Amino acid sequence: MNIYAAPSARAVRRTRRVRAFKSSARLFARSKMGVAGLAILAVFVALALLADVLVPEARLSVTNAPGAPLQPPSSRFWLGTDELGRSVLDLVIQGSQISLLVGFLATTISMLIGALIGISAGYFGGWIGAVLMRITDWFLVIPFLPLAIVLAAILGRSLFVIALVIGIVTWPGTARVVRAQVLTLKERPYVERARALGASNRQIIARHILPNVFPLIFANTILVVAVAILTETTLSFLGLGDPFSISWGSILESAFAEGAISLGAWWYLVPPGLCIVLVVLGFTMCGYAFDEILDPRLRER
Amino acid sequence: MLVLNFFLFRILPGDPERTLTRLQRVSPSTIDEVKKELGLDRPLMVQFFDYLGDTARGELGISYVFSRPVSEVIGAALWPTVLLLGVATVGATVIGTLIGIWGAWRRGSAADTASLGFSLVTYAMPEFWLGMMLILGFAVALDWFPTSFMSTPGLADASAGVQLVDTLEHLFLPALTLVLALLGEYALIMRSSVIEAMNEDYVTTARAKGMREALVLRKHVVPNALLPVVTLAALNLGFIVSGAITVETVFSWPGLGQLTFRAINGGPDYPLLQGLFLLFSVAVIFANLAADLLLGMLDPRIGRA
Repeated sequence: MNIYAAPSARAVRRTRRVRAFKSSARLFARSKMGVAGLAILAVFVALALLADVLVPEARLSVTNAPGAPLQPPSSRFWLGTDELGRSVLDLVIQGSQISLLVGFLATTISMLIGALIGISAGYFGGWIGAVLMRITDWFLVIPFLPLAIVLAAILGRSLFVIALVIGIVTWPGTARVVRAQVLTLKERPYVERARALGASNRQIIARHILPNVFPLIFANTILVVAVAILTETTLSFLGLGDPFSISWGSILESAFAEGAISLGAWWYLVPPGLCIVLVVLGFTMCGYAFDEILDPRLRER
Repeated sequence: MLVLNFFLFRILPGDPERTLTRLQRVSPSTIDEVKKELGLDRPLMVQFFDYLGDTARGELGISYVFSRPVSEVIGAALWPTVLLLGVATVGATVIGTLIGIWGAWRRGSAADTASLGFSLVTYAMPEFWLGMMLILGFAVALDWFPTSFMSTPGLADASAGVQLVDTLEHLFLPALTLVLALLGEYALIMRSSVIEAMNEDYVTTARAKGMREALVLRKHVVPNALLPVVTLAALNLGFIVSGAITVETVFSWPGLGQLTFRAINGGPDYPLLQGLFLLFSVAVIFANLAADLLLGMLDPRIGRA
């Protein structure tokens, strides 16, 4: 038995990755902002996961609501009731599920498009790259909410459509960043060496390019989730959301339609908005912390 | 742009003739008639060139909701939006820039940290919700400002002065909402831009000459640091337009944003949406072009491309 045998390439790679992950996690833990953001997000994700347990479906019944309509907060309804007599607290808890779900789904779509276009544009260059970048620029210039409105109005109202629309309008930023990174990566010596050894484009992209742009894509993801949740809220508020599900945006839509503002029904308007602010803030704070890990120049001296 | 705008509305599902007639029971022959009236029975390419020609002549079709030409409906709503966005943009740029300069100068102070936190929070806030909160506070609870519309009904005969004051009162809250929503970003950009400019060699030279710090800031740092703000102001127009759509809806401001809201919820009113989308896109593209040209004039380093 030879205990001095060199560890396999795979094992080396794994220890290296684990070490990199640990050092990133340590840096993240040192950032007060990042930890606070992560804590906020953990609370809301837990809330969303437990929503069905915390809020039995019967309490959200439209025809047989538990309370009187538009009551201010009381010991029974901590955040008052809506125009149908449902508890606003229940609605907000239930809404966290859809808001986060659409946010994550939209971000996944956005990242897939962005990474695909960014990597192809950067790696292949030439006329393909030029055409892809033209398209990206076009999407960057077009005001994104009007585009989202138009797409949502044409495609119809469902959760998936909303997520798809948000994905379609938010990918260009990622594509640009990824392309820039790929452009520098593909000139690195190890890529050249892999090519000299006869590696195919697919192998080079999967082995060398993708692992190196992944941290960048991940950091971008966090910021895009924030944008996606805000956009979902806005689209739902404008009446383009799924009419059969409750999200923070759709709560605000019905509050607005029922005249909660002029009735002074603050308990109906404040909680969903506050949740949005907290969640988006949580993502932004995590995003800043990750930026500092990826770009040491940003770290505080 | 025009090409996409046309095909977006034609290729994707949702037939206008179906939408128009969906509430009534109609025979196939009526559908054909409606199709003919709308020109939908002709080949796609013919329709496309018709659309190009019509748009060039400013004819954008008839709005389903208002039963009037789209160009007329949009024209009536244009000025309120220009007024609101103009006031908001100028307000946000000026105040945001000042906060940014001040934050960079007093870097690390309590006020600087507070303004950074403020920027983060306003970024995380949907503009329309901010508007709702301002209405709840200043219009409903305190009754200082009107909650909605651009003017009080029944003032048509009042003197010009009274009407002006009335409009300003109505303008205040929606404009404040947009200013607060945009402020943070300008402050952040200006802050980092000033910090960057302060480390430039020419600033060190100016200090070495014995120039007073305030004068260095005013003469050397700020003019150079302002350049990114010009770009941001133009790029932001798209963002401001988005904010205007929801904020105008909340305040029932009779502009393009509220029109968009009504177009969404009235059908959807495709010709009107198409016209609005075209207008928004063209406005934003022109703003970008203008910013590029302006930047070229302001900054000789960029040169003429």
